[in-house]
Amino acid sequence: MEIIENVVSQKEVVAPAYVPRSPWKMMIQRFKKNKRAMIGLYITSLFVILAIFAPWISPYNPFEYNMKALLQAPSLSHPFGTDQFGRDVLSRIIHGSRISLMIGIVGVGISIIVGVTLGTMAGYFGGILDSIIMRIMDILLAFPGFLLALAIISILGPNMVNVMIAIGIFSIPTFARIMRSSVISIKYKEFIEATKSLGGSHLFIIIKHVIPNCIAPIIVLSTMRIATAILTAAGLSFLGLGAQPPSPEWGAMLNEGREYIRAASHLSTIPGLIIMLVVLGFNMLGDGLRDALDPQMKI
Amino acid sequence: MSIYLVKRLLHLIPTLIGVTLFAFLLVAAVPGDPAQIIAGESASEEEVQIIRDQLGIDKPLYQQYISYVTNIFKGDLGTSLRSSKPVLDEILLRFPTTLILTVMSLVVMIIVGLIAGIASATKPNSIRDNVSMMISLFGISMPVFWMGIMFILLFSYYLPWFPSGGSSEFKHFVLPSLVLGLSASGILARLTRSSILEIVNQDFVRTARAKGVKEKYVIYKHTLKNALIPIITIVGMEFGVLLGGAVITETVFSMNGIGRYVVESIQFRDFPAIQGSILFISTIFVLVILLVDLSYSIVDPRIRYEN
Repeated sequence: MEIIENVVSQKEVVAPAYVPRSPWKMMIQRFKKNKRAMIGLYITSLFVILAIFAPWISPYNPFEYNMKALLQAPSLSHPFGTDQFGRDVLSRIIHGSRISLMIGIVGVGISIIVGVTLGTMAGYFGGILDSIIMRIMDILLAFPGFLLALAIISILGPNMVNVMIAIGIFSIPTFARIMRSSVISIKYKEFIEATKSLGGSHLFIIIKHVIPNCIAPIIVLSTMRIATAILTAAGLSFLGLGAQPPSPEWGAMLNEGREYIRAASHLSTIPGLIIMLVVLGFNMLGDGLRDALDPQMKI
Repeated sequence: MSIYLVKRLLHLIPTLIGVTLFAFLLVAAVPGDPAQIIAGESASEEEVQIIRDQLGIDKPLYQQYISYVTNIFKGDLGTSLRSSKPVLDEILLRFPTTLILTVMSLVVMIIVGLIAGIASATKPNSIRDNVSMMISLFGISMPVFWMGIMFILLFSYYLPWFPSGGSSEFKHFVLPSLVLGLSASGILARLTRSSILEIVNQDFVRTARAKGVKEKYVIYKHTLKNALIPIITIVGMEFGVLLGGAVITETVFSMNGIGRYVVESIQFRDFPAIQGSILFISTIFVLVILLVDLSYSIVDPRIRYEN
């Protein structure tokens, strides 16, 4: 009774039961409730931290030979063992996270920039431009993804920068398609029409209205594509067409370690497990972001 | 049906032109003089000129492209620089291995992927669903070359059941197709699950349940039949993943297929061989996608009329 009296007599301000929340806050709440998504976030954050602080965290120099400790099994002083040159595998794995994450982020960055631009143009302007862009994308999709990356590497030559370019190119059609379909789904909405009738230029409408409203699927796709990019890059390096020894790239390490599979199986097992862990992390994060942003999203 | 078929075949022409153009530009885009790269730094001018003539790279680009396509129609994919044999012969020699590997992996993928997907979708959010989806996620995240090495370690080193490499007998194909098929089945399982769940929530399924149709029939007759189109599409797209994965699997298991041929050709900078194999594999992929499209009209006759 006392509370009601206070409110009626306006002595006390009562917080309304309805708290207006932004879609982003709601999305973050949904994301936090999803255990798998949070595990994904923890795994990816761990690798980002490892990559940033690699030189300070790693116990040994990843390139330093130690002829007294060749092919040692995991022990306290070398938790992941040593390789055929006595190099500490843990330190190499930690340094390798820099390479893999960089390939993932730069490669996917290239596909986002090119793919989103092409997809937005195709969806927004339509007509002949749309047909031309999408036919080119169809042709790129006619090549099995990994083969396309191989083809590009065969022209540019096997090294890390070219792996990033190859991976960047092979994801472009996927981004362009997703972006195009989101743009088409909103381009006739009232708020776009309103901006047009107020005299907004195409560039203004695209940057201010179209892209922010179509970004959700792109965020999800990018996270999942980082996972694919890391796997593809490791595959290319494994075939000897990506990072070259003595680089501590995980795929390249696995390829080197394969020769010692009987004498030192940890050289093949550990880098593979690490690749799987980081890729799993990005996939779980991508799944979680999709479920939090829009569970109906088709990616 | 025949009009649909013709229309679909006509659609194929621009794609195939694009594919040949890409394969052609692949060699044309090599920085510097490909003839010089192939001949090596120390080659004399005459040697470089011979290779230049062989590749026909003195002519303008469009003429080169026209003669390239004309040669393809004649069944001439160029001559391998490494073995001096026709590239097409080299590819056809290796094609059966790749074909058997991909088809066997496809079977593994479809069986495992479909069963896991259906098992998940019929009891969503149950333990069965969670376990099966978690395994699929692991499958998607596992590098196929690592899985190959682990299978060799387990099933040919610790348990000497299968050979670790080769491609002459059936037993050589067991481990590679298991590896390739299992690694691709994760995506199929996830997408099968989501396609089925989408259909389960539709009105006609609710009607079927309401009128007392047994759950078994609801799932197999009403839901699965309607989920077939997205599932077939995924299987078709996954065929491309298998063809790409074959490159790695053949290398891990030392199989004499086209995939390993591509890798070796890239290492030797054997451009006609790279160009030829990439053209060959992509053409097969394009034809598989065509088959998938045509199968839509059998699964769902409405598609024929709408087009």
